[in-house]
Amino acid sequence: MLHPQQTSFVMYDEEFQRISVVIEKLLRESNAKVIFLVDKNGQLIAGCGETEHLDTTSLASLTAGNIAATGGLAKLIGEKEFSILFHEGEKDNIHISIVAQRVILVVIFDHRSSLGLVRLRVKKASEELAKIFQDLAVKTAEMEKTGNADSPFAEITDDDIDNLFS
Amino acid sequence: MSFINYASREINCKIVYYGPGLCGKTTNLQFVYQKTAPDAKGKMISLATETERTLFFDFLPLALGEIRGFKTRFHLYTVPGQVFYDASRKLILKGVDGVVFVADSQEERLDANIESMENLKVNLEEQGYELEKLPFVIQYNKQDLPNCSPLEELRELLNPNNVLEFTACAQTGEGVFETLKAVAKLILLELKKGGAGA
Ligand SMILES: Nc1nc2c(ncn2[C@@H]2O[C@H](COP(=O)(O)OP(=O)(O)OP(=O)(O)O)[C@@H](O)[C@H]2O)c(=O)[nH]1
Ligand SMILES: [Mg+2]
Repeated sequence: MLHPQQTSFVMYDEEFQRISVVIEKLLRESNAKVIFLVDKNGQLIAGCGETEHLDTTSLASLTAGNIAATGGLAKLIGEKEFSILFHEGEKDNIHISIVAQRVILVVIFDHRSSLGLVRLRVKKASEELAKIFQDLAVKTAEMEKTGNADSPFAEITDDDIDNLFS
Repeated sequence: MSFINYASREINCKIVYYGPGLCGKTTNLQFVYQKTAPDAKGKMISLATETERTLFFDFLPLALGEIRGFKTRFHLYTVPGQVFYDASRKLILKGVDGVVFVADSQEERLDANIESMENLKVNLEEQGYELEKLPFVIQYNKQDLPNCSPLEELRELLNPNNVLEFTACAQTGEGVFETLKAVAKLILLELKKGGAGA
């Protein structure tokens, strides 16, 4: 088994651009307000739409908590996971789904869209996103193997670290 | 699991505060929140019961500044310490980069500390982590109270591997930042060792 503590999740420019294209298309085609992608550990990966007045960091953390909790519930009743969650509000609704077993896709929409439309578009976008994350995993593994990882942290000094806290 | 984003030039790490019920985990985060400049912190989220016991987690995002052009962010989480919330604790440990064990130094909480430390090890192992290999520090909290166990005893029972340890009074903030800095530093050193994808 892979030791989780030894693995960083790495995002490169190229894949980030490809992801952005997919979620922006999803935003348009589903008439959604906001879309964001969150790592299962609660880190925000990308977002688009009306995100300015949204606390996306908190949203990311709570979304991951939500997925983790429902995932725990699923196991208790013998399911692998619940791949889709839907929360209906008075004005806004949240559609949460898991892509490629590791990232969470969140779509916030109001009356200008519908659950049916969101579901349909999310399905297509998920396939595209899954492919990108697959490529990303391959790339990360290759970088690691060839020692080409080029970590920005390989050369940090104690001073760099101490300066963070000054 | 740290998240290194070359596109936005950010690095995110997750720190979990662990320890028995009422040991002062939430109080640690509250103090950090109060003392951090507004532009360096996000909202603190507390999912708590009506009596302010942590129900799922507290969450506090901190932006510490830049290292080599990368924005360095730490996401601080606390677990619920009460024994029966074990399922939630396991979830919060997922993807952890560093752990702070907050011990309640009061004599009558000695067993609770030991039990919680055991629980931490078991829950980490379940997910393929080893406490010995993780950035890990211990805080002996509530040093202001009169009924504390002697430090030697706490050390012997809770810190056999001699990891970095701090005495604290989270209520007044004594030792809080020292603890946080120490674990953050260990995490960054770990990243330095590991390289980007390792
Ligand atoms: N005297 C004293 N009291 C403290 C100290 N730190 C925390 N407390 C108090 O201890 C109580 C519990 O603190 P919390 O921070 O809520 O404890 P917790 O570890 O988050 O507890 P759970 O959420 O149940 O796991 C509160 O009333 C705090 O004010 C300390 O250093 N000294
Ligand atoms: Mg608490």
